[in-house]
Amino acid sequence: MDSSSEYSLHHPKWHRDRTPIFWWVKRWVYICFIGREMTSVAVAYCAVLLTMVYRALQSGPEAYAALMSLMSHPAIIVLHVFALLAVLYHSITWFNLSPKAMVFRFGRWRVPDLMISGGNYAAWLLISGGIAWAYATG
Amino acid sequence: MPTNITLEVLRYMPEDGGAPVFQEYEVPLRADWVVLDALNHVKDHIDGTLSYRWSCRMGVCGSCGMMVNGEPILTCAAFLESFAPGPIRVEPLAHFPVIRDLVVESSDFMTKLKDVKPWVIRKEGEKPLSEGEYRQTPEELADFKQYSMCINCMLCYSACPVYGLEPGFTGPAALALAQRYNLDNRDQGNEERMDLLSNDEGIWSCTMVGECSEVCPKDVDPAGAIQRYKLAGAADWWKSLITRKSK
Repeated sequence: MDSSSEYSLHHPKWHRDRTPIFWWVKRWVYICFIGREMTSVAVAYCAVLLTMVYRALQSGPEAYAALMSLMSHPAIIVLHVFALLAVLYHSITWFNLSPKAMVFRFGRWRVPDLMISGGNYAAWLLISGGIAWAYATG
Repeated sequence: MPTNITLEVLRYMPEDGGAPVFQEYEVPLRADWVVLDALNHVKDHIDGTLSYRWSCRMGVCGSCGMMVNGEPILTCAAFLESFAPGPIRVEPLAHFPVIRDLVVESSDFMTKLKDVKPWVIRKEGEKPLSEGEYRQTPEELADFKQYSMCINCMLCYSACPVYGLEPGFTGPAALALAQRYNLDNRDQGNEERMDLLSNDEGIWSCTMVGECSEVCPKDVDPAGAIQRYKLAGAADWWKSLITRKSK
């Protein structure tokens, strides 16, 4: 053993690789994962938007009209189309993952994964349909 | 069909003081050979200085895990033909310190396995032998059996970017093992483990990339185990909040 080497027989010098900042571009699944994480920004934006609409409604017809006028700007419409697509991607990927966390058993029978994610989709459609119906008829 | 295939093996020799470098070896491309056979051929006939771990050669011991063309895989289960015409790039498991060539340092993993208390904990103590064994129904066994199939190959740690970025993370296999005992109806250590693992380096570090389950050679599904653990952790937190308020 060379005396200049920085290790001993029982404590060898290890090599450690650092994870690069763009580790996620190496594989498609990691890109999809980062994409899903990034869509959280759109989810947060939608929550803020909903709060803004609620506050405008509370403040009276003028405030609501002013907000709607801002919303009809082409740039905002483009932003909202992107936000909608991002939120859809976010919801679908998480609904598909829901059977990983939720395991239901009835006696010997384990509820299949498809029924769990399907239940989420059904609830989503039902609630969205309910809101659309209330909006259309109200 | 070519008769040979090239292996590009990452060599790290600490005594040389340099960074790891790739070394090429030509090996016979045989239909019944896996990457591990090719490495054994190199070791026996071409370069005896090559270091790597292996033991059973049948996907049971979990010691021959390496990165093959960038994917964590058991080299005893990776047929050369599936990588033809090559070259095949063989590297040590990602996210672990490298001791030499393809040999990684696994003490961190071993410590984490021990930290999750992977044994049956009985608060009430063991019942006397005269009362017989703890019986389980097939359903009770099915609850945790999947999580007991882990062979500690560490492929899930190599596939987990969270472990790469935050080495303090308890990691997929250790958390799946904790869940194996939590779901065992003979065990009463759920609360004890939850105190240990319901923190930033435990279950809440997992961002559900899901690759740990994809690369698992035994279909243990550590990602699923961690998500179930998170759900149980969240339920426990709500329960404690309600109990505290009602007091």
